[in-house]
Amino acid sequence: MSITLTLQTTSTVPLEAEVISPDRLAGLNHAEIAALPVQHGNQKAALGDFFRVTGSSNGEIRLEGDLSRVKLVGAGMSHGRMVIAGNVGMHVGAGMRGGEIVVEGDAGDWAGAEMSGGRLLVKGNAGHLVGSAYRGGTVGMQGGEIIVQGNAGNEVGAAMRRGLIAVGGNSGDFTGVNMLAGTIVVLGELGWRSGAGMKRGSIISMHPAEILPTFTFACTYQPTFLPIFLRRLRDQGLPISEAHLKGYYRRWSGDSVELNRGEILLLETISN
Amino acid sequence: MHIHNTEIIDTFAEAFKMWASRVIITAATPQWAMNAAQSMTGFATSIIGCKCEAGIEAELSPDQTLDGRPGVSVLFFTVKAEDMGKRLLERVGQCVLTCPTTACFNGLDVEQTVIVGGQLRFFGDGYQISKVLAGRRFWRIPVMEGEFLVDERFGVQPAIGGGNILILGRDMPTTLQATEAAVAAMRTVPGVILPFPGGVVRSGSKTRSRYKGLFASTNDAYCPTLRGIAPETQVPPEAGCVLEIVIDGLDLPAVEEATRRGILAAAENGGALQISAGNYGGTLGQYQIKLHEVLNSNQ
Repeated sequence: MSITLTLQTTSTVPLEAEVISPDRLAGLNHAEIAALPVQHGNQKAALGDFFRVTGSSNGEIRLEGDLSRVKLVGAGMSHGRMVIAGNVGMHVGAGMRGGEIVVEGDAGDWAGAEMSGGRLLVKGNAGHLVGSAYRGGTVGMQGGEIIVQGNAGNEVGAAMRRGLIAVGGNSGDFTGVNMLAGTIVVLGELGWRSGAGMKRGSIISMHPAEILPTFTFACTYQPTFLPIFLRRLRDQGLPISEAHLKGYYRRWSGDSVELNRGEILLLETISN
Repeated sequence: MHIHNTEIIDTFAEAFKMWASRVIITAATPQWAMNAAQSMTGFATSIIGCKCEAGIEAELSPDQTLDGRPGVSVLFFTVKAEDMGKRLLERVGQCVLTCPTTACFNGLDVEQTVIVGGQLRFFGDGYQISKVLAGRRFWRIPVMEGEFLVDERFGVQPAIGGGNILILGRDMPTTLQATEAAVAAMRTVPGVILPFPGGVVRSGSKTRSRYKGLFASTNDAYCPTLRGIAPETQVPPEAGCVLEIVIDGLDLPAVEEATRRGILAAAENGGALQISAGNYGGTLGQYQIKLHEVLNSNQ
């Protein structure tokens, strides 16, 4: 049985609860968990002021209730597993280094920002700046996997350096902006100006997209590496079709305003 | 011991510690994967002259490979683990990188590894691309046909080389038939290769020579033409042909199972008068594969 934290009160004021992490809860009894500090607006508070603690530790934490206003859940976690049975607020899994977070609803902005390992699965939609660098930072996601089964907002993977981000639906504008390396797969449509300023890395989409004029068309081919990535995503629940696996992709090189070693791969046709 | 009309000599094959890697080659078609595998395993019969021993382990269907394409599994064997990186670099670089549509993957999930793709990437002259998935790094090397994809590292594990059986028959055609039957049966064992041409070697060797500088020479004890003059001949008067099957395997059970299946198939064929094995009196190899024990323990 997992430790279950059930949100008892709702508030329009955000609750910053980075203590909700396997790293912080390990070895604590219910009273100690309830006493962990959280930030409620500009007030210090205790986790127990908002959550009821039940269950016992088996390495998994389960969160119940509408956590749309709860920020930083699982931030910096290094191991274990968290299941959020609903929506969650901003910064979920930000800076995480290992373990797994499953969000069964939607996630707010900055999901998995600057994470370096582990796996973040969002079964609903995600906000802006998934796996991105924080403002003023130069490097976003540096490892691990983020899978969003729904849509994602703007600036997915901004300045990411390593790792895999997959979006089952559409992604917003500036997907992969300033990307340093890594892989972004979008099964839906890319927003405007995707790949702007990218140095290296791969942005893959299964739909036509408007490509910036600073990208150069290379060829249409079957990238050998791509089925390996797509098969893994299929194993994790994304609707990868045979057309995705065996299709031809149009390769665009860019961004020539930067290093010009990045690529955007667009599936040429989808046979229905 | 007799199986049908074949006498199984109460002796043992003497086998040695080696190091092994498994290379998975995939391609657009089974034929192109096989082309690369055959090229890669050419001139890799004996560690004595080829620096490694290699062979095709199995053909793989698309659902057995990482990228969902048809493939071939190849096993490599070297004396030292550190030699494996050099051999794979040479052979992946010359025989797989060059072959249309192929990709090349590590097939052993073990702790010890050697760098292969991490060196081959320099062929990309700065245009190569690294891709990391679940902690596994691949290199995409641009080539004229598209891209060559290769694992950065390949696993290397302790293994066994030099398992063998000797098939003694009345004449060449019947002995060859029995040996071919044994080869076909032995190749059904996973984790095993038979590194010589067609799986068979006719020039078995002993580990000494009357000539200075040679450390191996013909196995006169099993040369039928020398039965009258070789002091240690093991060829019975009715035998006119001896063929050997050398077995390299990832572990001892695999080599033993291949030995067992080979003996049974050769005996079943009817062309073998005797089945024996090569050894050095137990003085050199770390493993002894006793023919009677192998047959008894698995029957």
